Amino acid sequence: MAIKEVSIGDISARGAAAEQEFQGEHLVVNMGPSHPATHGVLRLKLELDGETVTKCEPVVGYLHRGDEKIAENMTYNQFVPYTDRLDYLGPIHNNVTFAMAVEKLAGLEVPPRCQAIRLLCCELARVQSHLLGVGVYAMDCGSITAFMYTFTEREKIYSLLEQLCGARFTTSYTRIGGLQRDIPDGWLGNVRKVVDEMEPVLDELDALITRNRIFYDRTVGLGVISKEDAIAYGLTGPNLRGSGVALDLRKDDPYLGYENYEFDVPIGSTGDCYDRWLVRMVELRESLKIIKQVIDSMPDGPWYAEEAKKIFAPRKDKVMTSMEELIQNFMIVTEGPQIPEGEVYFEAENPKGLLGFYIVSKGGGVPYRMKIRSPSFCNLSILPKLVPGHMVADIPVILGSFDFVMGECDR
Amino acid sequence: MATKVVERKPLSIWERSYLPQIVGGLKITFKNMFKPTVTLEYPEERPEIPPGYRGVPTLVRDPNGREKCVSCQLCEFVCPPKAIRITPGEIPEESESRHVEKGPQEFEINMLRCIYCGLCQEVCPEEAIWLQDIYSFTGYSREEMVNDKQKLYELGGTLPDPYYKWDRKKQAELEGNPHH
Ligand code: SF4
Ligand code: SF4
Repeated sequence: MAIKEVSIGDISARGAAAEQEFQGEHLVVNMGPSHPATHGVLRLKLELDGETVTKCEPVVGYLHRGDEKIAENMTYNQFVPYTDRLDYLGPIHNNVTFAMAVEKLAGLEVPPRCQAIRLLCCELARVQSHLLGVGVYAMDCGSITAFMYTFTEREKIYSLLEQLCGARFTTSYTRIGGLQRDIPDGWLGNVRKVVDEMEPVLDELDALITRNRIFYDRTVGLGVISKEDAIAYGLTGPNLRGSGVALDLRKDDPYLGYENYEFDVPIGSTGDCYDRWLVRMVELRESLKIIKQVIDSMPDGPWYAEEAKKIFAPRKDKVMTSMEELIQNFMIVTEGPQIPEGEVYFEAENPKGLLGFYIVSKGGGVPYRMKIRSPSFCNLSILPKLVPGHMVADIPVILGSFDFVMGECDR
Repeated sequence: MATKVVERKPLSIWERSYLPQIVGGLKITFKNMFKPTVTLEYPEERPEIPPGYRGVPTLVRDPNGREKCVSCQLCEFVCPPKAIRITPGEIPEESESRHVEKGPQEFEINMLRCIYCGLCQEVCPEEAIWLQDIYSFTGYSREEMVNDKQKLYELGGTLPDPYYKWDRKKQAELEGNPHH
């Protein structure tokens, strides 16, 4: 007779009772820290009303390693490998930014060839990072194919970096006052080949995603950031430009000779997720344009600051044959590059936004204090304002459109 | 300043019908199906390692089979994660490496700590430590992942020496010019 008790009427009655009981209650849900739909170890504490988010609180710090403190205990050159691990999706740009910050403090100008190589590396990093950014973004919206295609291209950039500096991922390519080594023979040709092959793939990506109705419906009007909000929350990089603010340090405060190259800065018009996608796609193409120009105009000459004898360690052949240079090598390695006393803040347009290093030096080869302004950290600060009002299923799309990386956010 | 607002037009009715996407998507898929594969059947196929690759750090001997490292400990000092541990020692009178005064009694690189940054190779004044082309290094225990001196020399082998630093110094001394 027990079967008779469970009738349909009972269930709906119970449902109604439950509804009454939980009416107006908000459900607190943790998204992350290791959730397939979040990039890296970001935890979002969400308060839900049904499917709608009413409150969102990002919890960061799961990847905190204390990079800034670590830097105080080592020479400037020893810290270069640590900068790889900030934005590890375009590590070589961090190397360059860090080296330039220290050089700014030392008042050192590196020769044109060194600058051009660095600039080329920066743009490769941007392409590398944006390829992953758009690929993962597409994957968050359900298109795994696009991710595979962009990763194939990214792989080629890894190979280029491998030829350049011996490592695919953790490049550690710059030194204060120069580079780890000059570009290998024939490398520029390889870069050109990769760049030429990449353009049709971007067209394919456009065809697959940009005009795709599913992607379009999923992203248009979603996660709209107004110009004012974007500025108020300190957003930088493509996320800021997606909201229509044309801030790009490559144009506004050129370094490394960016003023000598022809390129456009794309900006969005509405600041929604779709705009951020479009901006990244155009930036990819602009970066390829810059890379081609650098290849064509790569200057000859020294690739490190020869006159900075207290900063850049002497060449190996000199160390092996001359006593003076041997001693110099020992001095620079053990005491670090000699940087004068002072304070400096330098920021550059990294793929994710403005990466800044604030360095206090008391002289000598070790920073007294260092602070890193990481773009991802600042970009994520807008989430509590942006996410409420959206559905839970929209969160991966919004996060995807932000293209952040936790290695840098938590540092 | 060259800014351009990204082009953003609404989908046309034709595009809203999904059809161009399906056709276009299939076209791209088929095109890619007949492209050469980009993956490797690792470990049967191995990637080509370019010169100057930063693999596992190793110690090398000079073409005469002599130890190059003079135990100056510069690499130990510079290593950012402190993966290297060196115990310097005298070189016995009868050893063939006696052309220098000091050598490492023990030399350990902890591959659990090493980050393959290449700084040790860069700073070594003897070109004794080299990151060569070994890119996959595994072990079953933590102890196995610490390379001792013998293992390091096994992995490193011999590399050509363009300088013969100490032989040249000796030569110069014999010629009465110790500070060449
Ligand atoms: S490669 Fe870097 S981490 Fe590894 S032993 Fe050499 S200096 Fe240390
Ligand atoms: S490997 Fe080179 S740097 Fe290290 S102790 Fe030996 S000689 Fe010195």
